[in-house]
Amino acid sequence: MTEMPMVRYENVSKRYGAFTVLDNLNLDVARGEKVSIIGPSGSGKTTVLRMLMTLESINGGTLWVDGEPMTHMSKNGRLVPADARHIRRIRAKIGMVFQSFNLFPHMTALGNCIEAPITVLGMGRKEAEERAAELLDMVGLSAKKDHYPGQLSGGQQQRVAIARALAMRPKIMLFDEVTSALDPELVGEVLQVIRRIGAEHDLTMLMVTHQMGFAKEFSDRVCFFYQGKICEQGPPAQIFGNPQNERTRQFLNAVLEAG
Amino acid sequence: MWIRVLAAMLAATLTAIVILSFQDGFKVFVPGLLQGAWLTVQIAVLGALLAVVMALTAALAKLYGPLPLRWLAVAYIEIFRGTSALVQLFWLYFVLPQFGIFMDAFPVAVLALGLNIGAYGAEVVRGAIRAVPKGQWEASTALNMTRAQMLRRIILPQAFVAMIPPWGNLFIELVKSTSLVSLITLADLTFKAQQMNQATLQTVPIFTLVLLLYLAISLTITICMRFTEGWAAKGVLHGKAS
Repeated sequence: MTEMPMVRYENVSKRYGAFTVLDNLNLDVARGEKVSIIGPSGSGKTTVLRMLMTLESINGGTLWVDGEPMTHMSKNGRLVPADARHIRRIRAKIGMVFQSFNLFPHMTALGNCIEAPITVLGMGRKEAEERAAELLDMVGLSAKKDHYPGQLSGGQQQRVAIARALAMRPKIMLFDEVTSALDPELVGEVLQVIRRIGAEHDLTMLMVTHQMGFAKEFSDRVCFFYQGKICEQGPPAQIFGNPQNERTRQFLNAVLEAG
Repeated sequence: MWIRVLAAMLAATLTAIVILSFQDGFKVFVPGLLQGAWLTVQIAVLGALLAVVMALTAALAKLYGPLPLRWLAVAYIEIFRGTSALVQLFWLYFVLPQFGIFMDAFPVAVLALGLNIGAYGAEVVRGAIRAVPKGQWEASTALNMTRAQMLRRIILPQAFVAMIPPWGNLFIELVKSTSLVSLITLADLTFKAQQMNQATLQTVPIFTLVLLLYLAISLTITICMRFTEGWAAKGVLHGKAS
């Protein structure tokens, strides 16, 4: 038997009223794999991440995480919709970084990173602070740990947000257009951090991105979404070098032309 | 800064009260009116505490409670906002005894006014919670917090700042509606004034003092709320746009 993927979308659908955002999505992500999701806006790519983070419900299909169903649980040998406790247990394996950072404005950088370890994991303050300090060091912000989000640049805020997510020791990290809200000169520092955690940690990573250069160099696999479906997927060399699908070609031409 | 203007107004009001209390024609009324004012302050402070507790409870119940609790919260808010405070006072004081429930006038006053202002406050609290950006909820969910943890640690501390100015209004509203308790036999500031006025017909000095005393109480509240606002905003908006 082959190893279960870290994440499996099995016939997952998402609709808003009559509008179908995702149509029977099937996608497996292996342990430690780095997958980039690209595509025009409105193609459902952000929804893919948000469903996995339980920020959006799904209308059909099953989500699997680390070999277990997330949206369902087995009861008397049958799969029934998951209860809150089951969802929380599975969700503990997932961390997410948002386009708009979403740091807690009333807490310092360090406070942001120790909040959930203390309240959710029940970690002692001292241990949480030590780990947070290490993580802030890794994202290059040990000098800013007592600063509040309002005192940090966008790039610095996003790096704190990455440290905050990592403090919960997730197995899977989701990056939702994490550089889209940044001034161009700040994009590099955030990508640098993502590169580093990709190398240092055995994390499974899913990222929605418009940074084609980064997707090409960083990911193991690239998925091109179009109108709620995976239109084409494969290693970056294929998607960017020799796309098979006409839609993919059009999209990449348009993006690369825009620079 | 407005706080200076407010402080100057309060100082002027208090000075006027002190000066008048040494004038013939005024000073005989001062001890009685101060007694009344003290009762007014007591009812207002206790009523305000009750109002805050009720507002938080009702708002959270309406937003996140199980269905029966939600209905209860809606019923409470609508009943106490939708009927006059005077009718509520009369109900608790004159109608409930008909059903065998007797309460003293003072607890009735605190209860009625606290519940009345609490019903308005519940909508203030609810609005402030809703005004916290959605991203804060999503980030807390991504960190696997429970609803209770999110509210306590992330949402309410931020909502608190937005609540303070409207609460200032409600507290002043509360002080003014304490004058209704004179109708259920309590000797508050308004009651004392009317009593003295009927006995002496010295309308000008009596109601001048009463006006100044109410103003002093309200200004004190406004100034306290300004300080609380500044303090709370500092906790949330570090380094933002300052």
